[in-house]
Amino acid sequence: MTGPDSTPPGDADSTAEPADPATDHGATDESPDGRTDRPRDRRQRRDAATDGGIAATEAPAPEERPTDDAVAEDVSTGAEAAVAALEAGGVEHVFGVQGGAIMPVYDALYDASIRHVTMAHEQGAAHAADAYGIVSGRPGVCMATSGPGATNLVTGIADADMDSDPLVALTGQVPTEFVGNDAFQETDTTGVTTPVTKANYFASDPDAVGNDVGEALALAASGRPGPTLVDLPKDATNGEIPKDATNGETRSAPGEPEPPDSYEVTETADAESVEAAARRIEEARKPLLLLGGGVIKAEASEVCREFATEHGIPVVTTMPAVGAFPEDHDIALEMAGMHGTGYANMAVTHCDTLIAVGCRFDDRLTGGIETFAPDAEVVHVDVDPAEISKNVHADYPLVGDAKAVMAQLADEVKAFPRAEEWRETVQGWKDEYAMTYVAPDDEPVKPQFVVEALDEATADDAIVTTGVGQHQMWAVQYWTFTEPRCWVSSHGLGAMGYGLPAAIGARLAADAEGRDDAPVVCVDGDGSFLMTLQELSVAVRESLDITVAVLNNEYIGMVRQWQDVFFDGRRMASGYDWCPQFDVLAAAFGAEGFRIDDYDEVAETIEAALAHDGPSVIDVHVDPDEDVYPMVPSGGDNGQFALSEDHL
Amino acid sequence: MSGGMPGPPPEERPTPDGRRNAQGIRVDPEVAAEPPVRRAVISVLVAHEPGVLSEVSGLFSRRQFNIESLTVGPTADPDRARITVVCEEPEPGVDQLKKQLRKLLPVVDVRELPDDAVRRELALIKVDADDPAEVRAVAEMYDGRTVDACPETVTVEVTGSRQKVGAAVETLGRFGVREVVRTGTTALARGTDTTTDQTSTEQTTNAREPTTEP
Ligand SMILES: Cc1ncc(C[n+]2csc(CCOP(=O)(O)OP(=O)(O)O)c2C)c(N)n1
Ligand SMILES: [Mg+2]
Repeated sequence: MTGPDSTPPGDADSTAEPADPATDHGATDESPDGRTDRPRDRRQRRDAATDGGIAATEAPAPEERPTDDAVAEDVSTGAEAAVAALEAGGVEHVFGVQGGAIMPVYDALYDASIRHVTMAHEQGAAHAADAYGIVSGRPGVCMATSGPGATNLVTGIADADMDSDPLVALTGQVPTEFVGNDAFQETDTTGVTTPVTKANYFASDPDAVGNDVGEALALAASGRPGPTLVDLPKDATNGEIPKDATNGETRSAPGEPEPPDSYEVTETADAESVEAAARRIEEARKPLLLLGGGVIKAEASEVCREFATEHGIPVVTTMPAVGAFPEDHDIALEMAGMHGTGYANMAVTHCDTLIAVGCRFDDRLTGGIETFAPDAEVVHVDVDPAEISKNVHADYPLVGDAKAVMAQLADEVKAFPRAEEWRETVQGWKDEYAMTYVAPDDEPVKPQFVVEALDEATADDAIVTTGVGQHQMWAVQYWTFTEPRCWVSSHGLGAMGYGLPAAIGARLAADAEGRDDAPVVCVDGDGSFLMTLQELSVAVRESLDITVAVLNNEYIGMVRQWQDVFFDGRRMASGYDWCPQFDVLAAAFGAEGFRIDDYDEVAETIEAALAHDGPSVIDVHVDPDEDVYPMVPSGGDNGQFALSEDHL
Repeated sequence: MSGGMPGPPPEERPTPDGRRNAQGIRVDPEVAAEPPVRRAVISVLVAHEPGVLSEVSGLFSRRQFNIESLTVGPTADPDRARITVVCEEPEPGVDQLKKQLRKLLPVVDVRELPDDAVRRELALIKVDADDPAEVRAVAEMYDGRTVDACPETVTVEVTGSRQKVGAAVETLGRFGVREVVRTGTTALARGTDTTTDQTSTEQTTNAREPTTEP
C-alpha cells in the first residue's frame, strides 16, 4: 500500500493532503499551529509510533488470506468490517468526501457493491443522506474524514436529529494513540455530536468496528429514527481483526445489523389505555386528528387515512407530516402552526379531542402553549415515551409504533363521534380563510404562482425539496401534496442550504426505490441556494435529473419580512444589492440554466426545465415584497393568526 | 405587502375559554397556580464506560433540568456504575428527566428513591485552628471528627443528611472557614429493596398518568 501512511519520516511533503498525524508532523512552516517548534524527539516518537502501528496492522498479503471460501464473506481489517456491515444492512449508496483519517474505509469501499457519491462539501453529504433516508425509509449514510470533515457534517446530523430522520455518519479519526494530543485534524467528534445524535460510537478496536457500524445502522432506523455516528480511528480501521480464537479462522462478515440488546421499543400500546382513548374519541363532538412526521416514518399514513375518513374526523398535519394525508381531501385542513392554514389553526384551537400521532408539539406548531388546543383532551400516540407530556400534557398517552397503535385504535373505536356540526364549522372556516393571493399584472411574478405552476406541471408523485425561508413556506402552502415521502425539507433545524443536496439524495433514493419517473424539484431561495450551490457539480457529474427553481427575491426574505413587522422596517443585512445570475452560474457548472421574469414565461420555462434530462436551474425573479401569510407570531395564539401585516 | 388574505380579523373570531399552564396541562385560568417544585433523588445505573458521565450531565444542561447534586461511583458489578442525582423540578419535570435518562444507551436502569431512603452526604471543612479544642467539640455535636490538623488549620469530616451537613458547616463557620468540600447526596433504598433490580415497575410507560388538573 502506498499513501501518506507509508511516507517515510522526513520525506513527508509539507503541504500534501490528505494528511494525517504521521505526515503532518513532518510539516514545517505550513503548520497552522506552529508545530515546527515541537521538540524533534517528540516528532520522531510520534512518527515511529505511527509507523509501528502500520507495520503491526498491515493486512495480510492476499496469498496469506484463506481462499477456501468466498473471500467477500471474510473480513480481516476494521475497515473491511465497517463496509461489510453496511452491505449486510442493505446499504446501496453512501455520500461523502475523502480524507486522511477515513482513507482505509474508502479503500475498503473500492471492491464493495456500494455506490459512493462524492459530494462537494460534507454538509452536502449529510443533507443528501438525510433526504435519502426520508424518501427511501432506509438510513442514508454519509462519510467524512476527521476534524473539519466531521464538523462539516454536524449541521446535517443536527437536522436529522431534529426531524428524527434515519441517518448514519461514519467519521475518520486520528489513530487512538494520538487522541487527546490535539493531533492534526483531531476533533472530539463523539463529544461534538453527542447532543445531536441518537447514539454514537467510538470504535477503538478493529474487532468492534463491524458490530458498532451494524448497531448504528439498526438503531438509526428502529423505534424513533434518528442519526447515529461511528467515529473510526485510523488504527482501528487499518487494524487487523484477530482470528477467531476457537477455530483460528478469519472472522466472517457481520450479519444483518441489529440494535443493542438493551434497546427496547414498545410496539403496541396497552389495551386498557387504548380502550380509554377510544371511549374518549367516541364521545368527542369536535375531534381532530393531528398527524406528525412519525406517521410517515412508521408507514402509518394508510391506517390514519382510513381512520379519519371512516370516522369523519378532520385532519391537520405538522410540516414533516405533509403528504401523510391527501391535501385535496374534503376533511384535509393541511398544515397547522406558524404559517399553517387559517382553517387548520382554527380547528386546532377549537377542537375538544385532539388525536396527535407521531408528533412532538414543536413550538412552531403550538405557538404559545397556554392557548394551544386549550379545550382539548389530548390522545398522544408516540413511540418515544419521553415525548409524552413533554410539551403538551397527554390525557391519553399511547406509547407504541404509530401504525400498530392506530390499528389498535381503529379496532377499538366502535361508534363514530357525532361530529356533523363540527365538520360543517370546519368547512365554513375552509371557505372563510381560503388560501389565496393576489397577482396583479403590473407587479413582479408572485412566488405562490410559480409553486402552483410547478405543481401543475408535475405528477402527484413528484418529490419536492426546499431551502429555508419564505420560499419553503410557499412551497408547503401552495403545492398540493397527496402522497407521503414526497415532501423533503429541513423542519426542526431550519437549515438554509438543505434543498440542493437534499434533491441529490432524494433523486438517488427515488431511483433506488423504483420511482425513477418521479420528478425531483428543489424549490429554493436565493440565500439558501448560495449556501450549498457547489453541490450542482455533483448533480452534473452524476447526471442526476433534478430541477432547481430558485424563487429569487434578492433578499433573505423571511428575515426581511420579520424586520418589516417587528423591527420598524430596518432591513439590516437582509438584502442582496447584488446577486449572481443563477442561470448563468448553472451553465458554468454544466447544468441547464433558465430564467423567468414575467408571468407569460412561467409555464413554458418550467416545462422546458423539467423536460431537460439532467440538472437544471431556473432563476425565477419574484416579487421581493411578497410576504408569507397566514402567520402566528412566535409564542402567539394559533387562533389569532394574522392574515396581513395589519393584524400583527 | 399584498392586500392580505380573506377572512375575519383576529378580534372577530370566536375564542375558547380554556387555558394550559407552562407544562401544557389544562388549567382553570381563574385558579391556576404554578405546580409545586419537589426534590427527587434519582438513582441511575449505567454502563461503566468512558463518556457516560458527560453524556448524562450534558443531557441535564441541554434540557435545563435543575440539578442540585450529582454523585458517581462504582458498584458491586465492575461493569456498572451508579449515578445519584438530586433534582428540583415540578412533577412533569421529574418525570421528563427520568424518561430522557432512559433514552441514553449506556443507561441500564432509572429509579426514583422513596422519600424514606437513606441519604448521606460527606463534607470536609477546613477552619482556622485558633481554638482546636472548641472546633473538636463542635464537630462532635454533629458526629464529626477532625481528620487533619496543623498549627494554622483543623479539618473536620462530617457525614449525614444534607440538612445536618449544612448545619455543621454553618456552625463551624464561626471558626473562620478556609475551604469546604461536599460530595452531594448519595442514597440507597431501605429494607430489601435494591436499586439494581432491573425489572423496576417504573418502566411502564403506557399507564395513564395522573393529571394535576383541577
Ligand atoms: C444556516 C442558516 N442561517 C441562517 C438562517 C436564518 N434564516 C432563516 S430564513 C432566512 C432567509 C432565507 O433566505 P432565502 O433562502 O433567500 O429564502 P427567502 O426567505 O428569501 O425565500 C434566514 C437567513 C437559517 N435558517 N439557516
Ligand atoms: Mg430570498
